[in-house]
Amino acid sequence: MAVTSAAHVTAAPPERESLHDWLDRQAGRLFILPAVILILGFSIFPLIASAYLALSRFKLAPGGYTLTFIGWFNFKKMLTGSQQFHLLGTFGAITLVGWVTILGTVALVVWGMLRYVRSGRATVVGWIGRLIMIATALALAVLFAVNLGEGGQLGTIATTMFYVVGGVAVQFAIGLGLALLCAKPIRGRSFFRVLFFVPLMVTPVGIAYTFRMLADTAVGPFAPLWHWLGFAQTSWSADAWTARFVVLIGDSWQWIPFIFIVLLAAIESQPRDEVEAAQLDGASGWQIFRDITWPSIAPVAATVVLIRAIEAFKIIDLPNVLTNGGPGIATESLTLHAFSEWRALNLGGSAAVAYILLFLSTITCVSFFNFLVKPMREGRA
Amino acid sequence: MKIRSWLAGLAMAGVAAGAMPALAAEFDGVTVNILTQTGPSISGPMQARAPEFEKQTGAKINVITVPFSDIYQKLLTDWSTGTNSIDAAVFAPQWMVDYAASGFLEDLTPRMEGDESLEQDDIAPFFREFSQKYAGKTYMMTFDGDFHMIFYRTDVLEELGKQPPKTWEDYLDIAQAAHGKDMNGDGQPDFGSCIGKKRNAQGYWFLTSVAGGYIQAKGTSEGVFFNTEDMTPLIDNAGFRKALEVYKKTSEYGPPDELNLDVADTRVMFVAGRCALSMDWGDIGSMSVDPSMSKVTGKVGATILPGSKEVIDRTTGEFVACDANTCPHAIDGLNHAPFAAFGGWGGGINANADPKVKDAAYAFFSYLSQPAQSNQDVTKGETGFNPYRLSQLEDVATWEKMGMGKENAESYLGAIKTSLNSPNMILDLRIPQNQRYQQVVLDTAVARYLAGELDVDATVETVVEGWNEINEELGVEEQLAAYKATIGAE
Repeated sequence: MAVTSAAHVTAAPPERESLHDWLDRQAGRLFILPAVILILGFSIFPLIASAYLALSRFKLAPGGYTLTFIGWFNFKKMLTGSQQFHLLGTFGAITLVGWVTILGTVALVVWGMLRYVRSGRATVVGWIGRLIMIATALALAVLFAVNLGEGGQLGTIATTMFYVVGGVAVQFAIGLGLALLCAKPIRGRSFFRVLFFVPLMVTPVGIAYTFRMLADTAVGPFAPLWHWLGFAQTSWSADAWTARFVVLIGDSWQWIPFIFIVLLAAIESQPRDEVEAAQLDGASGWQIFRDITWPSIAPVAATVVLIRAIEAFKIIDLPNVLTNGGPGIATESLTLHAFSEWRALNLGGSAAVAYILLFLSTITCVSFFNFLVKPMREGRA
Repeated sequence: MKIRSWLAGLAMAGVAAGAMPALAAEFDGVTVNILTQTGPSISGPMQARAPEFEKQTGAKINVITVPFSDIYQKLLTDWSTGTNSIDAAVFAPQWMVDYAASGFLEDLTPRMEGDESLEQDDIAPFFREFSQKYAGKTYMMTFDGDFHMIFYRTDVLEELGKQPPKTWEDYLDIAQAAHGKDMNGDGQPDFGSCIGKKRNAQGYWFLTSVAGGYIQAKGTSEGVFFNTEDMTPLIDNAGFRKALEVYKKTSEYGPPDELNLDVADTRVMFVAGRCALSMDWGDIGSMSVDPSMSKVTGKVGATILPGSKEVIDRTTGEFVACDANTCPHAIDGLNHAPFAAFGGWGGGINANADPKVKDAAYAFFSYLSQPAQSNQDVTKGETGFNPYRLSQLEDVATWEKMGMGKENAESYLGAIKTSLNSPNMILDLRIPQNQRYQQVVLDTAVARYLAGELDVDATVETVVEGWNEINEELGVEEQLAAYKATIGAE
């Protein structure tokens, strides 16, 4: 009887779906449709258009302009042609430090791959991702080794990586330190919280101009100190590395507050009972930080570093205002490089630089997320 | 036409307010959006003059300002995409070729020819015949006379027993002698030479000013950037090499952060009494008599860019001595090639703007350029406008009244006059995408050379390779034709 009934149900013609049911079923898609259209319109389309631009030559023509498809010419010029020095820098003979950097990177990569194989969770997609990351890491290690070698000079890729790695490291260390201090029950804590946060609320160009005035060793506020120290006849802007460090300091001044405020929130939301129990047990401050605070804030810390790194890849205001990329091309970032080409109407070359930046930042940040942020979050969960 | 006739009549008669209501109806309700650089210079005098023009004509003048480095692209984006939100602009004449050849700029020839109030004959021939024109037509109206010259401290040179520099060797000699002396009485050692060498600023123009006297000797149409036979860059030669060396040598007598100074910085330093010599446009002259900023009023002289006793032979690239044949325009045996770097700010009108708006924009530009306005503006340091009319070069009394001193005023205006009258004036590069040649390739190479990243040979090689590459990308024949057209070469 049950079988007969089932057969009867199966054989019956399907009921016509009402508009109401259809809308109900499609509601999810319909709700996200405006957002998808917006993303396609304002993000994906420009991305495709700029990809075409990177493969083209822009030329003004009567009444407008022409775009001629030239294939990989713009990339070739940057990577192996006349603009190689600008993007990749000048290659010098690799020194002992360079070889140590390369071998260290290789060792790290081999160790990571062995761990991956032994984990028993290797997948095809995982392998592809790791191979891309390995190629990028090795390429960057070799690039740094040859750029820092005898007779070598940094190009815009290495300079940008310096701002990203060096800048974010400094900002994280100081931001974390300030957050730990402000989490303590000290007098004037609220005042310092607001004070440390102020630079973040100022527009980047404003920060750059303010820092330019501060860093002026001829008439700036620190000029008397600079002269008293006997540096009157020297300038940070005349040397490649001091100029890079000054840009890095300016960038840190602007962004430490961001890391500070996020980490402060994370520290203050850690379980107080665990800390108090540890204090009762006589644990030192370092032990509390290592075993309770750091595991508690690590996922937030990794995320804030990721966000900051993405932003750091796009640095332009400070080098543009402070040094215009000089001395030489010492402080020029990839974004400033792309901007200079764009300003001179080399739109194809500018788009090519922008795409190289996109690949580099995407691979770096996705790798950082997959190999650091994700495991930390999973570990915490 | 009616408007221009009115303006001309009014200017001639010296009548202003009484007759203006008749004009007010003409541009009533018309708004003109004019783009130029962020003030106070250039946009400042335009903003100051706009209300009085609005009162007289009814036209509303919107001065939109952006940083100098963004003007070129802003205009290009607006005009090439057909947005046309900018009706007119005040910009560098170097960019005129890109805009005019693409049909974005209104041909101003008929308007200017019929505009008596402009007193075109009073505009120095270099600006009237070269700077405002492209392919024989006038697309821009000049508001500013721009070319490089040397400024020196008359009191310092007198104390050192030196004469104003006639050659680059003289310049280095004075700079060396003055370097380290306290020239403004603040107890601090000051500098022999201050030149803005910041990257992505004006450094490549200054280098060209040094190289000019070594490379160009037979007049403007000989050109200083490319060989007019085959578009070979005039870089791989003894003249350009020597210019690189001289340019770098001046840094030895400059401020320690000279590589990070642009002209805005060096001008302030010069009028603060911190430099014995400086290479600049005419701005130092007007700034030096501004009591709000100058400590050197009455102590500033000016002279034409230094010359050379030898110039390059274009076939061999080596130096040959100056004689009547090799340096036909030499003064006292020295080949001078004053460089009209940048060329002076000028106004151009969007060809696709509404006709009524174009009329109003033209009337405003004409108003700015008329002697009644411009003769005042060129004497104020903050305007950024320098003398470009012949009558302005004769007006020693105004400068003397402002505290420059008769002798210094004569020296300042004389330096301008000598430069402007030189048949060997260098016209700035005005071929399509000239910014890539100068601001990207040349500027980057020079900045790397000054920073010690490249030596002389590597700098020469880099510039030659970069310029040849752009020539090939854009078409050697097309670029050669454009180059010859701008400098008037056969």
